[in-house]
Amino acid sequence: MINDDIIKPENLVYKKPALLNDTPMHYCPGCGHSVVHKLIAEVIDEMGMQETSVGISPVGCAVFAYSYIDIDWIEAAHGRAPAIACAAKRLNPKNLVFTYQGDGDLAGIGAAEAIHSLNRGDNIVIIYVNNAIYGMTGGQMAPTTLMGMKTSTCPYGRDAALHGYPLKITEMAAMMEGTCYVTRQAVSRAAYIRRAKQALRKAFEYSMQGKGSSIVEFVSTCSSGWKMSPEAANQWMEDNMFPYYKMGDLKDKGSN
Amino acid sequence: MEDNEILLMKGNEAIAHAAIRCGCDGYFGYPITPQSEVLETLAMEKPWETTGMVVLQTESEVASINMLYGGAAIGKRVMTSSSSPGVALMQEGITYMAGAELPGLIVNVQRGGPGLGTIQPSQGDYFQSTRGGGNGDYNVIVLAPASVQEMADFVDLSFTLAFRYRNPVIMLSDGVIGQMMEKVVLPPFKPRRTDEEVIAECPWAATGMRGRGKNVVSSLELQPTAMEQHNLNLQRKYQEIKEKEVRYEEYQTEDADYLIVAFGSAARIALKAIELCRQKGIRVGMLRPITLWPFPTKRIAELADCMKGILSVEINAGQMVEDIRLAVEGRTPVSHYGRMGGIVPAPDEIVGAVEKMRA
Repeated sequence: MINDDIIKPENLVYKKPALLNDTPMHYCPGCGHSVVHKLIAEVIDEMGMQETSVGISPVGCAVFAYSYIDIDWIEAAHGRAPAIACAAKRLNPKNLVFTYQGDGDLAGIGAAEAIHSLNRGDNIVIIYVNNAIYGMTGGQMAPTTLMGMKTSTCPYGRDAALHGYPLKITEMAAMMEGTCYVTRQAVSRAAYIRRAKQALRKAFEYSMQGKGSSIVEFVSTCSSGWKMSPEAANQWMEDNMFPYYKMGDLKDKGSN
Repeated sequence: MEDNEILLMKGNEAIAHAAIRCGCDGYFGYPITPQSEVLETLAMEKPWETTGMVVLQTESEVASINMLYGGAAIGKRVMTSSSSPGVALMQEGITYMAGAELPGLIVNVQRGGPGLGTIQPSQGDYFQSTRGGGNGDYNVIVLAPASVQEMADFVDLSFTLAFRYRNPVIMLSDGVIGQMMEKVVLPPFKPRRTDEEVIAECPWAATGMRGRGKNVVSSLELQPTAMEQHNLNLQRKYQEIKEKEVRYEEYQTEDADYLIVAFGSAARIALKAIELCRQKGIRVGMLRPITLWPFPTKRIAELADCMKGILSVEINAGQMVEDIRLAVEGRTPVSHYGRMGGIVPAPDEIVGAVEKMRA
């Protein structure tokens, strides 16, 4: 009612995608998850696949992804989403099947399931949101935490001798024969969001064409975990994350 | 092969053939002795070219059980098989399946433990199977085959029970039953369900919305009142299973003074021991639990009143004996005889244990 009073239909140029419902999101201000959710909802809607999509949600901040996007969902154990997606796709190939995972879920506890799914060429899409920290549990070190970066479990900064190095799982995916599309995106600026949406659509289309597995990484922020304002977190990401996690397509063998 | 043809094969092979013939949609497994023939037989049979059944060798038992979770979540008849250390690795997925109320079949061809243990047979996973095995309050239906024929027959039975109650089912076999060759008649061929039949049977499954509201398959609920209610619903379901699905077989209990309780390959050895006891004039009978959970508590309690003693024969340190004692409640002496480490009890050892009870 209120929206209708303010926004006259003739003036409407943009609206929330139909698949994104009105459940209030639990994400922190400035978090990239809400934007990635919106892109997924838009792309599935535009592909006309609401009725035939199955998402696999992770353990982590996006555990409740199923609350916000109106498609069928399966909630996975921590890190196991690609194994679940593998079966859900192979046993029902007509469906669009994707996982939605954070860096702890995918690059940490679920690295084995992710790598083997990608290498098998399961016709699924792994949506990978990398904000270099464990958000939901309160800001602990992730496999992708940058060198020197401080978290609650590396309060003096990530130290190679103690913690090893930030894991570039997307680069690993690009080496694998089973992957057809490997890309790294961001959602911190409007131009990035537009490009990310195209990447997502391409990955979804490839999976439905049976071209193999795709991974779309979203380099993202965690203003709560990083203890920064949303704006400062975006700037910090661009200054620190982008040089290490380089944006763009790492592999696209689906187009030929 | 013809219907009703009598074949000679291993228990593990029988499971694979039965899976193809009873409309199984997917098998996901990782090699481990002594059960690798299940996956090998399926790979040789290529059911993806005939029934459309998916067969996939996984990277780990963790992946296997989560593929089971994924397949079950979309309403498919899916199974995995492994042996003890591999099934230990699957416990995370099994508790998630129980929590999300997903049907599925896990075959455990047990070997000796703890740890890497041995590749020889054991029944050391009784506790793990009948108590849940993973985190939280849940139960898994546990069937204990004692022959190659039952290895074949229990595949379809497992799926029936799994879907009737939306609950994981474990076939708790062992290295003897898995590896030995025996006569078997494979179950009649049954086609896989169509997509429409899956949707009709599993309106809760994540099959894609297709004209209905969305389905979410999950074991998560952060509201304590709602989570307690979910637990109460699960417990009600388990109670119903206990009331309706207890299965066991009795052998010469009518005139028996002593009762042996044994399952799986231990029950086969016990049969010989009973014959030897009866030659010595000791009247011994046997109750063989076919379901280990739900346990035949009521029947054992009834039998306890007319027995001078009950002997639990197991290939472990004494696990099922605890359930027998809970059933008997002190009304008659209960003993255990078992071997471990891959050794199976010999019939004369069991006779000795019976004689010790008489002394």
